[in-house]
Amino acid sequence: MDYNFHWRPVFRQLPDLFEAGLLTLEVAILSMILGIMLGLILALLRMNGPRPLRWIANFWVELARNTPALFQLFFFGFGLGAFGLHLTPYLIVLLGLSFNNAGYLAENFRGGFLAVPDTQIRAARSLGMTASQTYIRIIIPQVLRIVYHPMTNQMVWAVLMSSLGMLVGFRELSGETQFFASKTYRIFEYFAVTAVIYYVIVKIILIGSKLAARRLFKY
Amino acid sequence: MSEPISFFSGFQVNDLVFLGEAAGRTLLISAVSITIGTIFGIFFGWSLQASKWLAQTTIGTILDIFRSVPLIIQLILFYNFFPIIGWNTGPFAAGAVVLSIYTAALVANVVRGGIEAVGIPMRRAARSLGMSYWQDLRYVVWPIGLRAVFPSWVGVALSVIKDSALVSVLGYMELLRASQILITRTQEPFIILACAGAFYFALSYPLSKYSQKLEESWTS
Repeated sequence: MDYNFHWRPVFRQLPDLFEAGLLTLEVAILSMILGIMLGLILALLRMNGPRPLRWIANFWVELARNTPALFQLFFFGFGLGAFGLHLTPYLIVLLGLSFNNAGYLAENFRGGFLAVPDTQIRAARSLGMTASQTYIRIIIPQVLRIVYHPMTNQMVWAVLMSSLGMLVGFRELSGETQFFASKTYRIFEYFAVTAVIYYVIVKIILIGSKLAARRLFKY
Repeated sequence: MSEPISFFSGFQVNDLVFLGEAAGRTLLISAVSITIGTIFGIFFGWSLQASKWLAQTTIGTILDIFRSVPLIIQLILFYNFFPIIGWNTGPFAAGAVVLSIYTAALVANVVRGGIEAVGIPMRRAARSLGMSYWQDLRYVVWPIGLRAVFPSWVGVALSVIKDSALVSVLGYMELLRASQILITRTQEPFIILACAGAFYFALSYPLSKYSQKLEESWTS
């Protein structure tokens, strides 16, 4: 083994990497928020939407679940370019991840909705609640509890998937690492440090979610 | 009077062959990785379940790292690490090794779930009927556990097929990289991406529906 490790240039660049890590988190969190909203809508549409909307929702969910996330990013990158719509790398990653998150979460939400018995809806309605009150006050809180764990997993996936931003020219943690690595040729060292940063981010999310669950679902 | 020179040329039939070959390479690397990864995953999953403490701290930690670091980072890291330890390897071998470990990390969890799905009383009953530990594993745990987790294994396999697209960063000419090259040449992203997407979809959708059906028929 005649390879000399050079860690110093990497450590000098650490503040930039941390900043890029925050950008990664930002995109992941925003894509989760968008994904949860879209996923809820998709799940509801798939269960009791009008025909054409139900087809669109089904198509969305199946496409998101059955093609690679990278394909979806390429689609938002090159594919929309075919229609003269050129998005910035940030938007490509954000929309691509949201599309993917929404598809996976919709399936989880559907499972959650099916797990809440019908009788509760009827009970809430007969207490005089409107349909939207029933959903917001009775159904969704219970569904959230059921899908909390899958949602945490999806958040982890969003962080991991955001690394694909590197391939569409987005300088989040991976893209930034790639940039510095190709400047200095210390590819292994840079990516090793980045791997550690990702690991720490993922662990923080998992621990945070566990602590939050303890508070949220106390009773 | 010369024709204006263009760097781009339209989408041709030849390009479909090119895409087809690339799709074949996607299938090849996925099949290799899923096979090797599953074999190791079964072993890891069993050892995680069988010896809680030792395996948990060693194999468990390593597999956990592989699940918590983006695959693309793992690929680049190992592709640049192998030459350091003196193994000069191509994109296929490096990609297959990393994908196999990644698969093993996911399968190990599935297998552990499968073994735990077989109740302790059932296994005690097997042992008290005079079965050896291995007979118990082979004739009791395997058939029951397999049923419980086969659908999740299909899910893992499908996600590996999709994730194999990432080996493109190493320069392995799989489907998505081939489409990217064609897009650069033909400037017709929509058709090409539609072809690539349709291939993944046609592969993944029926299998996921099939495993969903199996799951439903086994649980009811």
